[in-house]
Amino acid sequence: MSEYTLSGARTALRDGSVSARELIDAALDRAAKTEAELHAFLTLDHDGARLAADAADAEFAAGRDAGPLQGIPVAVKDNMVTRGIETTAASQILAGYVPPYDATAVARLKEQNAVIVGKTNMDEFAMGSSTENSAFGSSRNPWHTDRVPGGSSGGSAIAVAAGSAIVGLGSDTGGSIRQPAALCGVVGMKPTYGLVSRYGLIAFASSLDQIGPLTRTVEDSVTALEALAGHDPLDATSYRGDRPDFRTGLDGGVAGLRIGVVRELSGEGFDADVETAFRRTVDLLSEAGAEIVEVSLPSMETSLSAYYLIAPAECSANLARFDGVRYGSRHDGATVEEMMTATRADGFGQEVIRRILLGTYALSAGYYDAFYGQAQKVRTLVIRDFESAYRRVDALVSPTAPTTAFEIGSKTQDPLSMYLSDVCTIPSNLAGDPAISVPVGCDGDGLPIGFQIMAPALGEAVMFRVAHTVEQLVGFEQRPPMLEVWA
Amino acid sequence: MPIDIDIAHVARLARLGLSDAELSHYQAQLAVILDHAARVQEIDTEDVKPTAHPLSMVNAFRRDEVRPSLDRTEVLEQAPEHEDGYFRVPPHLETQ
Amino acid sequence: MSWEPVIGIEVHVELKTNSKMFCGCRADFGAAPNTNICPVCLALPGALPVPNEQAIEWIVRIGLALNCTIAPESIFHRKNYFYADLPKNYQISQYDQPVCTTGHLDVDLDGETTRVAINRVHQEEDTGKSIHVGGGGRIHSAEATLLDFNRAGVPLVEIVSEPDIHSPAQARAYAQQLRSLVESLGVSDAKLEEGSMRFDANVSIRPTGDEELGAKVEVKNMNSFRSLERALAYEIDRQTEVRESGRRIPQETRHWDEAAGITQSMRSKEGSSDYRYFAEPDLVPIVISEERREEIRATLPELPHERIARYVESGLDPHAASVLVSGEMGLGALFEEAVQNGADPKQVANWLTGETTAYLRKRETTIERTALTAAHLVQMTGMLTEGRLSSSAAKDVLAGVLEGEGSPEDVAAARDLIQMSDTGAIESAVDSVLASNPDALEKLRGGDMKPFGFLVGQVMRATGGKADPKVVNEILRDRAAR
Ligand SMILES: [Mg+2]
Ligand SMILES: [Zn+2]
Repeated sequence: MSEYTLSGARTALRDGSVSARELIDAALDRAAKTEAELHAFLTLDHDGARLAADAADAEFAAGRDAGPLQGIPVAVKDNMVTRGIETTAASQILAGYVPPYDATAVARLKEQNAVIVGKTNMDEFAMGSSTENSAFGSSRNPWHTDRVPGGSSGGSAIAVAAGSAIVGLGSDTGGSIRQPAALCGVVGMKPTYGLVSRYGLIAFASSLDQIGPLTRTVEDSVTALEALAGHDPLDATSYRGDRPDFRTGLDGGVAGLRIGVVRELSGEGFDADVETAFRRTVDLLSEAGAEIVEVSLPSMETSLSAYYLIAPAECSANLARFDGVRYGSRHDGATVEEMMTATRADGFGQEVIRRILLGTYALSAGYYDAFYGQAQKVRTLVIRDFESAYRRVDALVSPTAPTTAFEIGSKTQDPLSMYLSDVCTIPSNLAGDPAISVPVGCDGDGLPIGFQIMAPALGEAVMFRVAHTVEQLVGFEQRPPMLEVWA
Repeated sequence: MPIDIDIAHVARLARLGLSDAELSHYQAQLAVILDHAARVQEIDTEDVKPTAHPLSMVNAFRRDEVRPSLDRTEVLEQAPEHEDGYFRVPPHLETQ
Repeated sequence: MSWEPVIGIEVHVELKTNSKMFCGCRADFGAAPNTNICPVCLALPGALPVPNEQAIEWIVRIGLALNCTIAPESIFHRKNYFYADLPKNYQISQYDQPVCTTGHLDVDLDGETTRVAINRVHQEEDTGKSIHVGGGGRIHSAEATLLDFNRAGVPLVEIVSEPDIHSPAQARAYAQQLRSLVESLGVSDAKLEEGSMRFDANVSIRPTGDEELGAKVEVKNMNSFRSLERALAYEIDRQTEVRESGRRIPQETRHWDEAAGITQSMRSKEGSSDYRYFAEPDLVPIVISEERREEIRATLPELPHERIARYVESGLDPHAASVLVSGEMGLGALFEEAVQNGADPKQVANWLTGETTAYLRKRETTIERTALTAAHLVQMTGMLTEGRLSSSAAKDVLAGVLEGEGSPEDVAAARDLIQMSDTGAIESAVDSVLASNPDALEKLRGGDMKPFGFLVGQVMRATGGKADPKVVNEILRDRAAR
């Protein structure tokens, strides 16, 4: 019961073969059985979730239907604020903080009678690629509990992979949805910048952050995005056009599509098994009628460097508000200045401090032009590279991450090697384009491998179409082996 | 280009009260990361305009309409310290 | 050596929009602490700003009224600095692409007009308010700061002049004329006492004739036009003294201490400031098309310099016209209303720019705080025309009205200042004076006018000063001609 897809549960809820209450009880039961090992959640809202499920069942009984999410258990990353439910972004500085309002994405879930299971673990303020940077303890990969789940949306990826939720909400600033999706063997997508409101998403890097869904199938991803996307007057960067059609052509296959393989996103630093699975998938697309072209995007190589200047710069300002004055934790001091410096040094973890320092430096007098300013110009080049590629191809593909799930603790002492996990995913954030990761197999250790499909801004339909085809062609059916034990 | 970082100054700007040991730890890490990040300087960006934002949108405004404010009690409940409807903090340096 | 002061002024004007700059909270003054706050202006985690369209329209208005270039595209920046009353610990402001650039304001002072160039006019947001409180009894522990965020996020427009100002009086005139401009645009209360208009000045001195600017000292905390003028005068003297003793002026920020009448160096908080400006990623550019700009231009009301021209055309002298328009706030409105209700423009102008302005200066108050209304002015000038009030009595009457003693009729009656204009009564007084002074009358009749003044004086004395001198004159002439 807890391994329903969204479309399966949607049908079952409507034909009466399952109730929302049964779905949430199964999800909470699965969480109860797995939390000690996986630690996917920071808060489980048992009472609120059951109430919401009962309310959804009442809606069904009354013949009211607020859409495909009605009655569906959804796990929400803890950097989206939830009214009345503790929201910490996995930081000590927000321990105990209870927001007085809902993020727009959360409000949309509620309006559509989805059932929020709880708030999921993450890297503190979404800074990290392993969910090890949580102030409240690491999460573990359901495929192998000595491995990281990826990050920063690790908790949401685990919840979906392990059956504690049908849909997970994540946020993706440099790959934080796609990379954990790849490492946990689920589908994770980052929409075009602006499609999903950022209002109530605790900002990491405002010009890069996007909320998106983690699901078990591509079709579920489409459905979830349809539920989340839409203009929000509370977000000045929210897309104002009509919501694009994401679904048309989903089953149309790839015959006649031109698909570009990004030359720079392979080779050195990429696991052999990852490369093999990637090539095999590209061959399948070719056999299915896609025209495969190799594409060179020279700026990819510096995009990581640009990202690690732009994102920290924005974060250094975004995180300035955590000062012990209005909310969150406080470390006392004789003066307000002492209080602030002690509160911040105390409340932030090492990775957050590292990035704040990095961003502050990159923006400071005398260094702006050489670092931040130059990074913004490289960003322009990344956008140009993509634009010129999309004049020749309909979509681009690459591995989602250079490796499969690595061992817990193996990269925590070497920030730069951790940052390299995001080399394939970062360019789409810089460009504001949509991208999705689909599982396409496992490596020799039985760990999942993700395949990334990128498309131009608002090109979700073609991205989903390729992703859906890949899913059909690959037929990835594997589930974390421990599921049998946890069931 | 060799990276020089006045880490104590940067930490002061960011209001991070770090010990000397912590400062030198972060300084070493930043040097490595910035050395990598400095690759952006090797790219020829003459005539390239900076991109601050991926959107080409302009003029996102709101009408000048009053919306309900938050309940003060609920807000102050989250404050580390409050008094008579105000947030309370230790005094500023200058007022000492 | 003679020194030339060089002054640039930054003016912050709070706009009187209904809601704040980036959220829907009320932007009004005086609410209970922390009642006009929301996730956005309190910088709760996750909140995002959305700019107020009205504020943008109004800054364009201000820019157009100051003859500025309106940027076809401008953007917001983040100005990063930590301060407890700044919730985000950055201010959303503008940096190198403000809405308005390069304008000017023509400043009238003592009949001379100087052009002060405007460097820029940009949009930003206000901070919250800090209240410093003393200890709760224990000696060492309890000083604290209390914070109210009602004002945080109220739209501010910053108007930055070029260093084109060369005297404290000129600085005051610039500030006053800027205020009347902003007031006439209807975009701000522009009340100094409520902080809805605030000044900072950059002051330096240089040997007269030098081109190069001296070290710039920023002077803050001037809460009235008078304190602006005093603070600048003090600062120029101070700098002159320092330079003449051969020392250097360090670049710094100084605080004007109104009570002590001096400026004092502010201990710098963290050495030099480094605001780490960068483009605000939560907002998109502001694009103002030519059509939109012209549409806004068409809504501009009559501007102060246009109004001055109109007054001069209607017969006022230029000085009075400029005092009415650019002087103490509210004079212009009183003038317009009184004239509309039938009062003689020249007379009203005289009373407002003369006695009334002197009264306000002496009392260091504003016209709003006095009891004077347009109806009072209509009544008083009417009494003057009717001859029921002498102009010297009118001075007393006006003072009483300003003090709140009632209408001109009430004050004149209470102070027994009504003039005798009953011709019959004055005639009999004249005749009895002439009867007692037959020699004087003889002289008059013989064409010797020397005793005329003496006779007028006698009649005035006989009537207790209430006779209308004009009427006395007429009657005396009549008797002399007989
Ligand atoms: Mg300012
Ligand atoms: Zn607000």
